[in-house]
Amino acid sequence: MGLTATQKIVARHSGRDTVAVGETVTVKVDLAMANDMTAPLAVKQFLSAGAKRVFDPDRICIVAGRHMPFRDEAFGKAVGGVGEFCREQGIKNFYANMEGMDHALVPDLGYIRPGMLICNADSHTCTYGAMGAWGLPMGSTDMAYIFAFGETWVRVPETIRVRYSGKSSRYVTSKDYVLTTERALSVDGARYKTIEFSGPALDALSVDERFTISNMGIEMGAKTSFMAPDAKTTEYLASRTNVPWQAVESDPDAEFERTVDIDVSKLEPVIAKPHSPDNVVPVSEVKGIRVSQVCIGTCTNGRIIDLQQALEVLRGQKVAKGVRLIITPATNIIMREAEKLGLIDEFRALGATINPPGCGPCAGWHQGVLGPEDVCVATHNRNFPGRMGSPKAQVYLSSPYVAAATAIAGVIASPEVVAP
Amino acid sequence: MIMKGRIHMVGDHIDTDQIIPARFLGSLDLKVLAEGCFFNLIPQFANGVKQGDILVAGDNLGCGSSREHAPIAIKATGISCVVANSYSRIFYRSAINIGLPAVVCPEAVAFANNGNEMTVDFDRGVVESGGKSAAFAPFGPSILEIIAAGGLVPFMSQRLANEGARA
Repeated sequence: MGLTATQKIVARHSGRDTVAVGETVTVKVDLAMANDMTAPLAVKQFLSAGAKRVFDPDRICIVAGRHMPFRDEAFGKAVGGVGEFCREQGIKNFYANMEGMDHALVPDLGYIRPGMLICNADSHTCTYGAMGAWGLPMGSTDMAYIFAFGETWVRVPETIRVRYSGKSSRYVTSKDYVLTTERALSVDGARYKTIEFSGPALDALSVDERFTISNMGIEMGAKTSFMAPDAKTTEYLASRTNVPWQAVESDPDAEFERTVDIDVSKLEPVIAKPHSPDNVVPVSEVKGIRVSQVCIGTCTNGRIIDLQQALEVLRGQKVAKGVRLIITPATNIIMREAEKLGLIDEFRALGATINPPGCGPCAGWHQGVLGPEDVCVATHNRNFPGRMGSPKAQVYLSSPYVAAATAIAGVIASPEVVAP
Repeated sequence: MIMKGRIHMVGDHIDTDQIIPARFLGSLDLKVLAEGCFFNLIPQFANGVKQGDILVAGDNLGCGSSREHAPIAIKATGISCVVANSYSRIFYRSAINIGLPAVVCPEAVAFANNGNEMTVDFDRGVVESGGKSAAFAPFGPSILEIIAAGGLVPFMSQRLANEGARA
């Protein structure tokens, strides 16, 4: 019996030739990460355990760029403490100059390479699976332990294989692929498991489009997401890093717990209704619902292609009266590129507000928090009750195309209907 | 170790945004976190909890965001342990790490009633309430070590002391 990519990566990081599904092993961590929301607690736990030095300052990366600039004094103090910790420990990879949010930033900096095992104190660490890496989401105390010892325990998970085939129609994107998968697997259908995405329709996507899919593994309960690296991964890395890497992929006879086949040629644009990301229906089923806010951005859909897709629909149109259109590029690199391409000017001319790079209003912290009467269509990854502010607010999740069409119509709309 | 207290029940798929909304995360003040616990779901939750009470939940407790403030907030209200059908992976690890034992026992969830007394006997691996009892699966070896130490921070301290002694 062959091995899954998950088994191979875990084996490689636990100094073993092979590991069995279900066994618990200790793994060495290649890169240990935390962000402005989770690093303060990780540092506090590290210090209260009496730890003096981190295991390797060059293998730690802290990106304080999600909710920047500070929303209040307490947050400023918490992040300031993390900066001090990084200076004392000689951690050079501390980002606190508004670079943006970690999951979009670190692949773009070439820090995430195939075959790596990355732990990050954040649930969307599964995003790194699009690079053929194993991104393991952790809590802050687990991260404190990893900061001290460079290792952690893991149970070797089962793998669920998702295969995308067919050619999708004009306005069906990778967001529609993953939301459809979400409906098929449910919000806990992959709990404690790896989801390995594959198939010709996945191969046809760019790396940036693949991030949208790997990002939402956690919304199905997954331990992580994985995609075998290919020529596009190689090309993505070529301009970003000189560090050598070795691809890992599942053997042809590896054992998958189950396989979910999705023919994307049969899909139409979909949307997740309140209040769960697996509450997915075709957009046509909810068209006409009035909205007050449309958000485009974040780690799920805050990259250049997402901004371009939104503008394909918005260009030459007007944002409907009564709709706040909020754009949040995930990182400053993306912001600068969007400016160079003229995308930011176009959004501004439409009356959109451009947030600083980062998470924007996704977690209901700042820059677009919802009141009880609000109805929002967002390109984010979750819509649990109260996620973006009031628990009475209604949050729908969609692709940038659907979000843009909705911004023009003022009601939930399909891009086919409103696009020129 | 035996924990005994009144039952507070919540439903399925209670995510960490519902356990502690993001606006409470700016500080690590336990009072603030206790105040924010289940803020939108059960108003004034902390006021109704007596030290030692037990939280009983359905499927997939703690899904969503990785924020460790969620189990910390639950513990800060006075809840001593959690019994559920299942947990999200990150919440489960974090709860154990911060010394909030998380028990998987669907049978006990089925016979639990809000406000009744419940006893969780960790040595025997049994949950009891309303004259009924159910066994729960033992913890894995990595988790047992952490529970025995009283959480991951004391476990870290022990390892640091051992390695210091060796050096």
